[in-house]
Amino acid sequence: MTPATVALEEVEVDYRGRGRALGPLSLRIGDGEIVALVGPSGCGKSTALRLLAGLEPATRGVVQRAPGRGETSVVFQAPTLAPWMSAAANVALPLELSGTPKPEARARALEALERVGLAGAGASRPAQLSGGMAMRASLARALVTQPRLLMLDEPFAALDEITRRTLADDVLALWSQTRQAIVFVTHNVEEAAYMAERIVVLTRGPGRIAGEVRVEAPLPRPAGFRTWPVFTEAAEAISALLAKGAEAAP
Amino acid sequence: MNRLADALAPLGLMLLLLGAWEAACRLTGVPAYFLPPPSQVAVAAATGLPVLVPAAWNTLSVALVALVLAAAGALLLAILVGLSPLLERAVRPLASALQVTPVVAVAPLILIWAGIDHPERAVIALAVLVAFFPIFSGAVTGLRSADPDLERLFDLYGAGRLQRVLRLRLPAALPFLMEGLKVGAGLAIIGAVVAEFAAGSGGVRGLAWQILDAGNKLQTDRMIAALVVLAVMGVAVHAALERLERAGLRWWRGR
Repeated sequence: MTPATVALEEVEVDYRGRGRALGPLSLRIGDGEIVALVGPSGCGKSTALRLLAGLEPATRGVVQRAPGRGETSVVFQAPTLAPWMSAAANVALPLELSGTPKPEARARALEALERVGLAGAGASRPAQLSGGMAMRASLARALVTQPRLLMLDEPFAALDEITRRTLADDVLALWSQTRQAIVFVTHNVEEAAYMAERIVVLTRGPGRIAGEVRVEAPLPRPAGFRTWPVFTEAAEAISALLAKGAEAAP
Repeated sequence: MNRLADALAPLGLMLLLLGAWEAACRLTGVPAYFLPPPSQVAVAAATGLPVLVPAAWNTLSVALVALVLAAAGALLLAILVGLSPLLERAVRPLASALQVTPVVAVAPLILIWAGIDHPERAVIALAVLVAFFPIFSGAVTGLRSADPDLERLFDLYGAGRLQRVLRLRLPAALPFLMEGLKVGAGLAIIGAVVAEFAAGSGGVRGLAWQILDAGNKLQTDRMIAALVVLAVMGVAVHAALERLERAGLRWWRGR
């Protein structure tokens, strides 16, 4: 097994007044691995992501995180760009917050924007970008620190089908250059089967692991991969696990 | 056509009301000290202009100085409160108590403390007192209005408190600050006028003092003329801040 970038060991999260939200859950993410967390609404998959990012503490259990600033990046469901800053300033923000001199931060931000296909959009404000472009800028902001772990919390949920497919391919193409570990949360079965090597299916809340599905196929995906038997079988297997997880007693 | 009608409608109503007022005065022969006709008010305004304009400037400058002081103080306190939840819990009840106390009731006290030698300071202090709270509560709300996911990103990248305030919370608060400033400006004018009334003849010789003075002499036409100047001034300040707000928001949103 490859060394783990992050791991959760027997982790549980309780919310005061609402009881158990997640767990017990154990999960290891290997270096450079792409893992999808799939589960019904309210199963705690976003909570699991926030635990891995260190944005929320576990009530019980051990969270082993990638140490250091900028080692972990998160892309949220909405682009979450500051409207008062240009795209380049938004992307440069993580670097500037950790003390990188402004000119260097801006130069690296423009590079990151170029890598996600937004060359020339650096001076635009978020309001001037389309939904897909804003999501790309958000991705550029996550990549600018060259993280070891990239986390995506339902990143394409608000986008149209064409845009989300293009972005999925772009994320995989970027991954093939940088090979950071990626954990992404989705409730879209096909998106999970398309993007991830390993899909972890959670039961309904409080989420525990209902099962795992591996997709043995090259990454980035070849053209027409959605018609391959391995893709359709994986999607079937994920759906079956989701159905099983929905029956599980909490 | 429609836009022309929209623009002319308020003007038409005003002319109609003025006409009715003029006609009523002439037909009923009501004495001018009780209700002067608008024509007489216009004459009073025209002849009184050399007095009314400096008086309006006195009131306006007091209101503007008070607005600047209130805005600076409110923003500073809001930032401090935003940095320390304990301070916020300490400040809140006191702030509410001061906010619900009518300025007219506080005026005599402020006049004693600040106003015996420098009545203009007392007037400014009272206007500050009135303008402070809408700006303060707008700023407190605004400083908390940043997108929670952006706050999480600042956590993730290990931002310090000062970085968080300067780079996230203050800019996120801008729309709330502009709104608070607009409300505060209107209240600063009210505060200045009320304070002038309270200060009486020893105070600042602004528009409120003109109204008092004319009232004492039963020069009703002068009273109404000063009132009209006050209304025009209020509308102008409001319109100017509205424009500033719109321009500020356009910049903030980036379109």
